[in-house]
Amino acid sequence: MTNWKLFAFAAGCLLMLAAACAKKEEPAAQTETAAAQANRFDPAKGTASISGKVRFDGVAPPPAQIKLSSDPVCVSLHKDPLYSEELLVSEGNLVNAFVYVKEGLERFSFAQPNQPVTLGQQGCRFEPHVGGIMVNQDLRVINNDPTLHNVRCVAEKNPQFNIGQPLQGGESIKRFAHPEVMIRFRCDVHKWMSSYLGVLPYPYYSVTGKDGGFALKNLPPGEYLIEAWHEKLGTESQKVTVGDKESKEITFSFKPAA
Amino acid sequence: MSSDSNIWLHRFAVFLALCTIGLVFVGGLVTSTDSGLSVPDWPLSYGRVFPPMVGGILYEHGHRLYAASVGLLTIGLAVWLWKGESRRWVRVLGVLALAAVIGQGILGGLTVLYLLPTAISVSHAGTAHLFLCLLVTIAVATSRRWKEERPRIEESTGPSLKTLTLAATLFIYIQTLLGALMRHTASGLAIPDFPLSFGRLIPDHFTRQIEVNFSHRVGALVVAAFIIWIVTRVFKAHSSEKVLQRPAAFLLLALILQISLAAETVWSSRGIIPTTLHVAGGAFTLACSLYLTLMTHRTIKSREAIPVWDSATAKE
Repeated sequence: MTNWKLFAFAAGCLLMLAAACAKKEEPAAQTETAAAQANRFDPAKGTASISGKVRFDGVAPPPAQIKLSSDPVCVSLHKDPLYSEELLVSEGNLVNAFVYVKEGLERFSFAQPNQPVTLGQQGCRFEPHVGGIMVNQDLRVINNDPTLHNVRCVAEKNPQFNIGQPLQGGESIKRFAHPEVMIRFRCDVHKWMSSYLGVLPYPYYSVTGKDGGFALKNLPPGEYLIEAWHEKLGTESQKVTVGDKESKEITFSFKPAA
Repeated sequence: MSSDSNIWLHRFAVFLALCTIGLVFVGGLVTSTDSGLSVPDWPLSYGRVFPPMVGGILYEHGHRLYAASVGLLTIGLAVWLWKGESRRWVRVLGVLALAAVIGQGILGGLTVLYLLPTAISVSHAGTAHLFLCLLVTIAVATSRRWKEERPRIEESTGPSLKTLTLAATLFIYIQTLLGALMRHTASGLAIPDFPLSFGRLIPDHFTRQIEVNFSHRVGALVVAAFIIWIVTRVFKAHSSEKVLQRPAAFLLLALILQISLAAETVWSSRGIIPTTLHVAGGAFTLACSLYLTLMTHRTIKSREAIPVWDSATAKE
């Protein structure tokens, strides 16, 4: 019996060790340096803007219908078929392209908004499918569905996490301390669910809708590298110079994946 | 322990070993369906013992329930062996099996909590096969055949079957680890064709994933070579020994099935069923090879025990 007691004790220690090690620390918010405060730019004072369209140069395959049968609750939430959002093209316009300032704002710092960005689970889908958030801005992850989801963050420059949200209305707050384009979110219970967020140190980003349009407003004058990202088609970028109170229009054109 | 009780102990051990091969399949389904993180917490699932079995949770939590059942049965086996088995080494195997299944559970929990790190995931697969080996050994050791057999089969030339079968079993185990590494580094389709690699015998370029994938293919060749060698030896030199012939035939059948499933896994672009059957097939092949290893060691005489003929002795 002595051997059994020793063994049970050792197993119990291992279990406790595993549970203790599983505690994950949230990333510490970056403390702002004096230099960053001195270079603080208020977007309300920006006078330049870059806008335009993202086009798809080709014939897009029809979006695949999603099979919801693995969860009867998801089936009940959709009377009409649900389709994949991976590649959506509307009259030649590319939907869900993330357009942002990639280079040109390094000399400035920006205050993060007090309002959180919300990533919701609605109708067994993530809303939004593509979005943006600022570094250290709160991300409010909320389950609006009467079924459970997990929200797994597949990041490379920020800590990954995987949270369960079993109840409707369940919320979690997360923050990302490092810029990263893009962070993917997945639900492993419902494998068709995915979302992408671009984490940036400034608020100059835009996501195209059905009209393919984007707008980066209130920019300080300067030379910028603007990048358009799409989850299936990769990235395209252009250099644009805007002066004080100047607006420029550019167009990105993506071709079908090889 | 009475002979009736012995028979039932043996049957229970066989049943548990078969359940474990099934558990390897169910566990393989979790990875094949990408459901490993569908339950973020452990040991509970969404804070409960029984969450809704929807989507990926069906596979992940289903795997946990099956594993827990195997764990409980292993406790029963260990207790039964401890109380009713006269041979100390067999009792120790029972304790080791219990330790292995507990360790396996902890590894499974850790791999979920740490978001499937490769080292822990591969260790989880490796421990599963070690656990299976312990159960197969217990099943063999408690069998009437093992108890009745004695070293009686003679070998003449060439490497001993005991050495060949032991080497084959070790290589098969290493091959299962390579397979697990391939799965958990997303290298399964790094080489998209089969049986060639990018249309060649050897890939013309390598990345980390191609290296892992190709290592598994080379490992398969090594394993196949050993199995064919062993089966040929058994059928040529010991054609009347059913104690060796039948497991050798099973081992050859397992090899053929494994290669077929490997081909289908690649051709189907990692279809869930052929891929998972290939994982379970690896466990079955390991079990067959270990059985043959144990029986060769039980029935084949050591060559030192065979009297050596020399001319001086013959003249006398």
